Amino acid sequence: MPNPTRIEINCETGVESIIELTDAEVAQMEADAQAAEARKAEEDVAAQALADLKTSARAKLVAGTPLTEEEAATLVI
Amino acid sequence: MANTMTLISSVTVGSGGASSIDFTSIPATYTDLCIKTSLREKTSGDYVRLGLNFNGTAASVTGKMLYGDGASASSLNITVYTTVAWGVDRFSATSNTFSNVDIYIPNYTSSNYKSFSIDAVEENNSSAALMSLSAGLWSNTAAITSLSLIPDSRTTFAQYSTAYLYGVKNA
Repeated sequence: MPNPTRIEINCETGVESIIELTDAEVAQMEADAQAAEARKAEEDVAAQALADLKTSARAKLVAGTPLTEEEAATLVI
Repeated sequence: MANTMTLISSVTVGSGGASSIDFTSIPATYTDLCIKTSLREKTSGDYVRLGLNFNGTAASVTGKMLYGDGASASSLNITVYTTVAWGVDRFSATSNTFSNVDIYIPNYTSSNYKSFSIDAVEENNSSAALMSLSAGLWSNTAAITSLSLIPDSRTTFAQYSTAYLYGVKNA
């Protein structure tokens, strides 16, 4: 199976080339993909944690109970 | 203020897809660069992020991205060149739909660091369609002579994806 290709356009000449990636470039591409997935997973966890803090902060405000420092930080711009 | 746009180059992805779209030998005769794209990526999922690479370097891209999907909104720090915008349609998005991603790079030949802004929106007949606004900085003093668009997942752009590179300057 051939490696994926990229498209290169030389803006001076207008020549468009379809270039097959080298094995090294494919390996780098796969490593980048794994890193992207890992980064996305970390960001999802952080986003959920922030959403949970906001939910907790709102509930405590309504109930009139003290907020933690972290919860207060989600409400102050 | 630059006020004219001239098409420098354009590309339409063919049936084999493309792991990146690379504009090289960009002329230094303009003030700003503007890239208008219609993109779709081939792997499963509704949307993917977009990467932007300057002069083939993999470092020194930072910024902030605001994003939302119609139900909620959030932000994240841009720390790597492979993630500068969010909202490129993927295989699972509505068939034959493409995202629109506009990139603006002022003063691309300056010897100062280069800023850029990105407006990206996904097209998807679903309750969620992601959109993002990004402001970023490439901390490099070299003039931009080439740039690459890549999907963050490092797979391939789908057939019929297009990218148009414009030069912007005063007439």
